[in-house]
Amino acid sequence: MEINRGDKLILGLWAVILVLLIRLFSIQIVDDSYKRDAANNSMVYHTIYPPRGIIYDRKGEVLVGNRTCYDILVTPREVTAFDTLALAQALDLDTLWIREQMAYYRKYRSRIGWQTLQFVKQVSAEKYMRFAERAYDFPGFRGQVRTVREYPFNAGGNLLGYVSEVNEKEIRREPEAYKSGDYIGKTGLEAAREKDLRGEKGYHVFLRDSRNKVQDSYKDGSFDKEAVPGKNIVTTIDAHLQQYGQELMKGKKGSLIALEPSTGEILAMVSSPGIDVDVLSDMGANYSRLAADPGRPMFNRTVQASYPPGSVFKLVNGLIGLQEGVLQPWYQYPCNRGYYYTKTRKLGCHGHRSPLRLDEAVMMSCNAYFCYVLKNLLENDNYESVSDAFDKWREYVLSFGFGQKLGSDFPSELGGNIPTSKLYDKRYGRKRWRTSNVISLSIGQGEIGATPLQIANLAAIMANRGYYYIPHIVKDSDGFEIDGKYKERHYTMVDTSHFSKVIPGMWMAVNGGPGSGGTAGMACVPGLDICGKTGTAQNPHGADNSVFICFAPRDNPKIAVAGYIENAGWGGSWACPLASLLIEKYLTGETTRPDLEKRMMETVFNVAGN
Amino acid sequence: MLQGTDRGLKSSVDWTLIAIYLVLVFIGWLNVYASIHTPDIGSPLSFSLRSGKQFVWILTAFVLALVIMFAISPRLWEVIATPGYLIVVVLLVAVIFLGSEHKGSHSWFSVGPISFQPAEISKITTSLLLAGVMSRQNFSLSRWKDFWQVAAVLGLPMLIILAENETGSALVYVGMLFVLYREGLPGIFLGLIGLAIVLFILTLKTSVWVSLIALGVLGLLYLWYLLRNTRPLSRERRFSLCMLLLALVVFAGLIFSTDFAFNKVLQDHQRLRIEVLLGMKDDPSGVGYNVRQSMIAIGSGGFFGKGFTNGTQNTGGFVPEQSTDFIFCTVGEEWGFFGCFIVLVLYGILITRIVRDADRSREAFTRIYGYCVASCLFMHLFINIGMTIGLMPVIGIPLPFLSYGGSSLWAFTVMLFIFIALNRQEKKYF
Repeated sequence: MEINRGDKLILGLWAVILVLLIRLFSIQIVDDSYKRDAANNSMVYHTIYPPRGIIYDRKGEVLVGNRTCYDILVTPREVTAFDTLALAQALDLDTLWIREQMAYYRKYRSRIGWQTLQFVKQVSAEKYMRFAERAYDFPGFRGQVRTVREYPFNAGGNLLGYVSEVNEKEIRREPEAYKSGDYIGKTGLEAAREKDLRGEKGYHVFLRDSRNKVQDSYKDGSFDKEAVPGKNIVTTIDAHLQQYGQELMKGKKGSLIALEPSTGEILAMVSSPGIDVDVLSDMGANYSRLAADPGRPMFNRTVQASYPPGSVFKLVNGLIGLQEGVLQPWYQYPCNRGYYYTKTRKLGCHGHRSPLRLDEAVMMSCNAYFCYVLKNLLENDNYESVSDAFDKWREYVLSFGFGQKLGSDFPSELGGNIPTSKLYDKRYGRKRWRTSNVISLSIGQGEIGATPLQIANLAAIMANRGYYYIPHIVKDSDGFEIDGKYKERHYTMVDTSHFSKVIPGMWMAVNGGPGSGGTAGMACVPGLDICGKTGTAQNPHGADNSVFICFAPRDNPKIAVAGYIENAGWGGSWACPLASLLIEKYLTGETTRPDLEKRMMETVFNVAGN
Repeated sequence: MLQGTDRGLKSSVDWTLIAIYLVLVFIGWLNVYASIHTPDIGSPLSFSLRSGKQFVWILTAFVLALVIMFAISPRLWEVIATPGYLIVVVLLVAVIFLGSEHKGSHSWFSVGPISFQPAEISKITTSLLLAGVMSRQNFSLSRWKDFWQVAAVLGLPMLIILAENETGSALVYVGMLFVLYREGLPGIFLGLIGLAIVLFILTLKTSVWVSLIALGVLGLLYLWYLLRNTRPLSRERRFSLCMLLLALVVFAGLIFSTDFAFNKVLQDHQRLRIEVLLGMKDDPSGVGYNVRQSMIAIGSGGFFGKGFTNGTQNTGGFVPEQSTDFIFCTVGEEWGFFGCFIVLVLYGILITRIVRDADRSREAFTRIYGYCVASCLFMHLFINIGMTIGLMPVIGIPLPFLSYGGSSLWAFTVMLFIFIALNRQEKKYF
C-alpha cells in the first residue's frame, strides 16, 4: 500500500516528537546530574562552625580553651552609604583601608553579585559589641561567630601545636571536611588529634536566586544540619609541672621530660627554646619570625632531635652484660684515668678510686669499666664473630626502645639510630673490626643516636625494673579511649631480676654523699630517694651536652625524668639539678632549694650559639 | 454573513482544534505566571506583571479569533493575499531602517507601549499568498515558471528577515518545504537538504576528508542501486546517473566550502552557538550558560515535576528568557516529564489534526494554507523545544501559544483561526 505524502509527514512529525520525548526522558529521569546541579544552583549553605574541642591537663586544668570572636562579613550589594569613621572606630580599623575595600567591592561588583564576603577576621567580642550596638548604621555588614584558641597556661607551646587556616594541599586531601578559610591543627596535639578536636560543621540551607540573593530558608530548615562540637581531650600533661619545667629550661637549649613510669604517661615535655602559647593563637603574625630564629623554637627537640645519649647508656650495656652472663655484680675492673683499647690509644676517664664493682662503676660513671663490659659482650666465644655478637647486642638495645620510633601518639616522632654490624663491615671490612673499633658505644657515644623521649623512656624502664609503656600524651576520658597499645607492658630482653643489681648504683650516685664519688650529688633531696645516672655527651658543635636520667622514689617510683641540655658541660652540674628540681616539685609541690632553683632559672647558655 | 455552508456551528467547526488551542493557551498563562512567581507577587492578574499582561493578550486574542470566525468572510483571505503580502514585505524592509533595536536585531516596530514584529505577520501573509499561487488552475511545481514563482514568494521575506538578523524566523520558512513536498516536490529534495545538514555537521566535527569518504560511500550505494540487474539502462536511469554525478560534485563543493561558510559567513555568536551545541566548545558561563541552565531546570523536574510555582531554577531566575523563549523550562521543571509529555502530545494532535483537515479539504487554497500552518507550528515546536533541551542551537523563537508576548500569541491565533474558518466553510469529502 502506498502511503500518501500527508501521512508520511505526519509520521515524520510523530518521529520528531518521539525524539524530543526520549531526550526529555533521559535528562529528566535517567540522568541525575541535573538534579544535583539544580541544588547547587539554587541552594546556599550558611556554615555553622562548631567550637573546637578543649584540651585539658591530667588534673582538669584547661590547657587550650576557646575564646569567642567574630568575623565581620559584608554583602557589598546591601551596603548603602554609611559613616566610614564610625565603622572604623567600632572595629579599630583605618578609615582609608575601609574606603579602599569599598572601592574594591565597587570595582568587582558584577563578579561579587550578592555574595557575602569576609570583611575582617577575628574581631574580639568587645569590639564586636561596639559594632553590634550600631549595626543598624551599617547595612550589609554582619558578624559571624567563630572561636579562636585561648591558652590559660603558658605551658606546652610545642606540645599543643597551633591552629591556623587550611592551605590548598590540606583542602585537597580532605575536600569534604575543609573549605578555604577553615582552621586546621598544624602541629603538635592540635594536628595529631585534629579529627577529634575539629567536630563537624553544620549548615543552614537557604534558597537563593541567580543573583545570589538569599530568598528563604529551604523547606523550613528541615534540611539544616547542626554543628557537632569537637571532642574534648584530656592530656597526661601536668600543667603546673610543665610550666615549671619551662621556667627551669629558660635560656637553655635542650629537653626536659617527665614520665609516669607506671603508665607511660607524659607528665611534662619541654623543648627549649620553645614557643610561648601567646604566639600560638596568632601564628600567622609570628610564623616568619619564629622560623627565622636560630634557636629553632618550632623544632621539637624532645622527639625530633637525635643525640648520643652519653653515659646514661652505660646502664643498658651493664644490663645486657648481666643478661648475657659476661658480667656479674661483683666483677671488678681497674681504671687508671681511662681504658687502653689499643697499645697507645686510651678512652679517658675522670679520677676516682680503682678498681670498682658494677654498682660503684654506675655510681661514679667509670668509663673503663663499661669498656671491659662491651669487650666481653662483643668478643664472646658464644658467638661466631664480633658481628654476630654485635647484632645480638643491637637486638637488646632495640628492646629498650632505642633505634626505632617508640610509637608515641605524638606526631613527627623520630626513631634515633642504633648502628648495625653492616655499617662496620662496610667501614672496616667483614670480620676486620673488633671492640676497639666501636669502643665509644660502651659509654653511649659514637654512631648512636637517641631522642630525649627515648632517653626518658630508659629512665622509666629503670624505674619499672625492666619494662615500659609507650610514652603517650592523651589519656582516656569520657567518650574517648586511647589505643590499647599504650596499655601494654613492653619488656626488655633483660630479665627483670638484673635491674636490682644496677639500681643501687643509681641510688648511690645521688645519695652517696660528699666524698663518695657519686656523680649526681646535686640531685639529692633528703627523703625523696631519687635514683639517677648522669651523662656527659660529646657535642661536635661545642661544649659537651649535659645529660641526666632519674626516677623517684626508689620503690614504687612515681616519676621518671630525663634532662638533656646542649652545650652545658657536665651532666652532674646542669641536667642533674634541673631534673631533681622537677621531681621535687612534682612529688612535694615545692622546693627545698630556692637558691639552686633561682640559679638554675637564671642561668643562660648561649642558646643561639650553634 | 455566514455563507457556503448550511450546516450548524456544532458540526461545521473542528472543535478539537479550538479545545487544544484553549488548553495550550491556558497552560501557557499558568507557566508565564509560574516563571515570574515570587512569594510576595500579589495578584496574578495585576497588569504590572507579565501574567497580567498575558491575560490581556489572551483576551484580545480571543476577540481576534471571534472576529475571524464570525465577522469576516473566509473568501476575504484569498482576496487580500497579494496586497497583504506586499504590504508586509514593505514593512519588513522598513523595519530595518525604522525599527527599534531589540537584542541585536532590527525587527520590532514600537508604537508607544506596544511593539510588534512584522516577521510574525509575514508568516501569515506568506502562507496566504503561497496558498493563492499554488491553488491556481494548472499550477505545477514541475513547471519552471511556477517553481520560481513559489521560490520568490518564499525567498523574498525570508531573505529580508535574515537581513534583520532574525535567523530563527527565517529558519521557519525552511519548513515550507514540507508544503511543497505535499504539493509534488520530489522527495529527493528533502533528502538532499537533510544530507547537506549531516555533511555540514560531519565536516565541522571531523574533517573534510571524512565527509568526502562518507559522500563517496553514499554515491556508490546509489550507483549500485541504479545499476542492479537492468541492462541496458533505461532513459530515466541514465538521467538519474547524470544527476548523481552532478549531486556528487555539488556536495563535494559544499563540503569544501563548509569551513569558509562557517567561519566567514556566519556571525560570531551564531558560530559559537553551533560549536557549543556540537560539543566543540565548552562555554558554561557564556553561550553555553543558557542551554546549561535550561537543561538543569528541565532535568531537575523528574517525572512529576516540583509542582506549580515550586520550581527553584525558574523562579530563581537562573534560566534566561524564562517566560518567553524558554517557557518550556518552567513546564519541564514544575510539571516534569509528565507535563512535557502532555504538552508535546497536544501539539502533535493539533498539527496532525490540521494536516488531516487540510487533506480532506476540497479547496486547494485551504489545503495548502493548512499545510503552511502545520509546517509553521512544527518548525517553532521543534526549534524551540530542541533548543531548551540542547538538541538545537540557541535560536530565539517563541513556543506557539505558550510563550509570553502579545505579538506572537496574536499572530499564531490569527493564523490558526483563519484555517479553522477556511476549514469550516468546506464541504468535507465525508
